[in-house]
Amino acid sequence: MSDMKVVADPGTQEIVITRSFDAPRDLVFKAFTDPDAVRQWWGQASSETVVDQLEARPGGRWRFVEREAEGNEYGFHGVYHDLQAPERIVYTFEFEGMPGHVLLETIVFEDQGGRTLMTDSSVFQSVGDRDGMLQSGMESGASESLDRLDAYLAKG
Amino acid sequence: MDSERLDHTFAALADPTRRAILARLMAGAASVTELAEPFEMTLPAVSKHLKVLERAGLITRGREAQWRPCRLEADPLKEVADWVEGYRRFWEESERRYERLDTYLREAQRKGADP
Repeated sequence: MSDMKVVADPGTQEIVITRSFDAPRDLVFKAFTDPDAVRQWWGQASSETVVDQLEARPGGRWRFVEREAEGNEYGFHGVYHDLQAPERIVYTFEFEGMPGHVLLETIVFEDQGGRTLMTDSSVFQSVGDRDGMLQSGMESGASESLDRLDAYLAKG
Repeated sequence: MDSERLDHTFAALADPTRRAILARLMAGAASVTELAEPFEMTLPAVSKHLKVLERAGLITRGREAQWRPCRLEADPLKEVADWVEGYRRFWEESERRYERLDTYLREAQRKGADP
């Protein structure tokens, strides 16, 4: 079990994730800003991540594509607004499958004596967008367990 | 997802007696008398709980026969399950992603330590 915490206060437009990593801050910062590093961990385990663009400077663009084995591709892109190695990254984030829904993400890394505490705050354009992201897995993932609930309830 | 309906469902579920009634109804329809049996409660007290469950759409009362059987209704529980499932997935996907980052960081440190 990790120490990940997710805070999404009701009625706000924000999701804040905190989690610590057993690695020095320089390395964690690099994992977010080096194309070769991003390719190795970003995205779903089941898909390949292609780093199309990663211009790690204020005003620079980034674009990552998740490529599934079956050929489906999901693109994500945005613009870096602030990069202060090794402590802070600010960028916009947009899923190309839902154009126009842009969020602003601020990631702060704190040195904890060899470990690194990450605080990742995402601000959405609306409470609805925020709630939508929190419920993102629902459509596909809920169906299986709901089928089981259906079967169970049908017996009654 | 209808937020007001979720409010009603969660309010109805926020009581151990009502949850016990729902658990009993998972085994099949039952009369008020049958439902009241396990509890040290008067019939009117049990009826009150049933009304809350009925208003929340969690149960329906039959019109047939004198015993008016209570039945479990799946829809509101499905909505609760949907709601919880969404958060669970968000959590799991986030955690899985960071576990991959853990692996990357471990590897990178191991390689960095090699001569």
